[in-house]
Amino acid sequence: MDAWTNAADVRVALEGTGYLADDRIAQVAFLALRLDKPILAEGPAGVGKTALALALAEASSRRLVRLQCYEGLDEAKALYEWDYHKQLLRLQADEGKAWDDLEGDIFSESFLLTRPLLEAITSPEPVVLLIDEVDRVEIETEALLLEVLDAFQVTIPELGTIQAASRPIVVLTSNNTRELSEALKRRCLFLHVDYPTIDRERAILRARVPDLPESLATRIAQVVRSIREVPIRKAPSVSETIDWARTLLALGVEGIDGTVTADTLNVLLKYQADIDKVARELDLTAEPAE
Amino acid sequence: MLPTLTDFVAELRAVGVPVSMVETLDAAQALRHADLADRGAVKATLGATLVKNAHHAAAFDTAFDVFFGLLARPEGETDDGEDERRPPDAAASEAAAGGAGDGEAGELFDALLDALLAGDGERLQDLIRRAVDQLSGLEPGRPVGGRYYFYRVMRRLDGDRLARMLREAMQAGDVEERLDERVLAESADDRMEQLRTELRREIVRRLVADRGPQAVARTLRTPLIDDIDLMHATREELERIERTIAPLARKLATRLAQRRRRGRKGRLDVRRTIRRSLAHGGVLLEPQFKPPRKSKPELVLLCDVSGSMATFARFTMQLTFAVGSQFSRVRSFAFIDGLDEVTDYFGPGADFHDAMVRMGREAKLVWRDGHSDYGNALEQFMERYSDVVSPRSTVIITGDARNNYRDPQVGLLAEIAVTARSLFWLNPEARRYWDTGDSVMSMYEPSVDGLYEVRTVRQLERFIERVALRSGPVAKQHLASI
Repeated sequence: MDAWTNAADVRVALEGTGYLADDRIAQVAFLALRLDKPILAEGPAGVGKTALALALAEASSRRLVRLQCYEGLDEAKALYEWDYHKQLLRLQADEGKAWDDLEGDIFSESFLLTRPLLEAITSPEPVVLLIDEVDRVEIETEALLLEVLDAFQVTIPELGTIQAASRPIVVLTSNNTRELSEALKRRCLFLHVDYPTIDRERAILRARVPDLPESLATRIAQVVRSIREVPIRKAPSVSETIDWARTLLALGVEGIDGTVTADTLNVLLKYQADIDKVARELDLTAEPAE
Repeated sequence: MLPTLTDFVAELRAVGVPVSMVETLDAAQALRHADLADRGAVKATLGATLVKNAHHAAAFDTAFDVFFGLLARPEGETDDGEDERRPPDAAASEAAAGGAGDGEAGELFDALLDALLAGDGERLQDLIRRAVDQLSGLEPGRPVGGRYYFYRVMRRLDGDRLARMLREAMQAGDVEERLDERVLAESADDRMEQLRTELRREIVRRLVADRGPQAVARTLRTPLIDDIDLMHATREELERIERTIAPLARKLATRLAQRRRRGRKGRLDVRRTIRRSLAHGGVLLEPQFKPPRKSKPELVLLCDVSGSMATFARFTMQLTFAVGSQFSRVRSFAFIDGLDEVTDYFGPGADFHDAMVRMGREAKLVWRDGHSDYGNALEQFMERYSDVVSPRSTVIITGDARNNYRDPQVGLLAEIAVTARSLFWLNPEARRYWDTGDSVMSMYEPSVDGLYEVRTVRQLERFIERVALRSGPVAKQHLASI
């Protein structure tokens, strides 16, 4: 990845892993590498935010360390935890020894359980750190991330401050269910990822479903775009589009008309109300107006 | 580049996009790693470092076109010379256009339609430049807004007819069913949109070359979506606003749920504590607790949907709908001078537009004459639905408290306030108009836990942030019981 001298190199490298970045994504990823800043990718579900981190890891041949966020995530699950059980055993095994010896002993690294953030920092070889769905943690927990993102270090009271051996590439993703704190946003490069344009979605389809004929890919991208225009609860994601393409291919469909779409709509949409609404809005079974 | 950057940041701040000092420095730093001759790269770089909220993207785009539009002009065109040469040209054809403009516009029209159909971007660029030359009547030094020239070109070009003909031409031939029609119409609209964007850019470019970016930027400012007045929003603005509501509703519901969960651990789990102790040789080292029961927020919404509130009511019903489609324990009521429950219309799986139609047709919102009567609405609520409000429910009333000089029945609201965990009132009118005319806001105010002016999405957001921080209700119940 040191060979990447501009955004175009990054794009080509990502493309090698099957991730088609547009110019904007490639530029932001390149900046993240150059400035050692985390990327905060925000956007609707299923547009490839997490996939970007996976692709970056693969393209730079780094290990991926993933922290999946959820409500109630705390320090012990995100940073580190002392291994009580092991400490207790150690104490029992050494009964009668001087306390000073023991104390230094049980609060050492071999009694530390590393959690994803600490793991990313202490890893001897550089990694890609993915902090997924960061909008799910409470605002108080967010503060926990700041030290890591800012200085790439973790402070453990008993041990002192652990500095990163190598700078990880950090990708945070958010579905925007709540506003993230200013402090967090300020430290990140902001990348709003939206549904791809028709051209890009077609290219993604061609990359992911190699057997798909060009004309069918175009048509799929157009119809999916059309469905996304309908105000529904959950618009089809990119991965659902890919599933749809595979389904159509498996069924041996050659052209997409209203009937075919109506029959396979359940691959794209996951709510019955959405399926009904799209079938109605797009008039899937009707003849043309003329 | 640096002076342009600081001017650009100043413009973003003037529109209301918050950009900190650190972010400006980051942007300057980041620009060193971007190809400055590449418009897209510069835009991505500035976007990633300066703008951290998707709502602000539109304002960023506009300002970017003004301050960096001269960057990397299309192939075959040099920066210098072009603009000096063009204006007299334009002025001349403007004079000619007065008489024989139709012919030129007609020729341009055909050429544009052709280029759009072929999807030929370069030719389109060229034609757009010609269109601006010949049709905009752009005069150097005239302090006129950029939008004026845009509409002028579109009008003289007959943009509506162009859009229509493009659709027809694209649909000609291979339409076999409605799906084809729709897909083709959408690609036609895409290309028209591209034409509009490029035209706007070209005009901005010319204006900036003439008057400098700051002056042009000022004429192009539009309020951020967060700051649009909900009472007077246009339909287009409302549509944009509607898209921001779902995340807000989700946020409101999670904040309410969180507040009830925080600070309370479940009861001691004896079985798990003893099991865990086996690992420490039977020492009861770590007490284990049962997870607290997950509670869903109980929300009661009362919305004034009378005529004077029409635009705002649409917004509040959107909010109701968004909350209702995700959480089951929401009861919503609409009222004018009568009140009816509308929860079912807006329940999970429902379609918003259908729900609005059903509400208009089936709900009994008019009692006497269809002018707001808060007193009667409250009375009907207490008569029929008083059991809805419990000490665990949060009640939110939205309305301007314009009671048409009728009895406000303040006591009834106080009764609701005592029963409910908390009661909030959101008023979409500017604070300075409260208590003028038939508004009785201050009479209701003592009963509510919070009274908020909510005229914009930003204010709604602020309300949602604050609502979760209050811990008042428990204390209030205590007081009530004394």
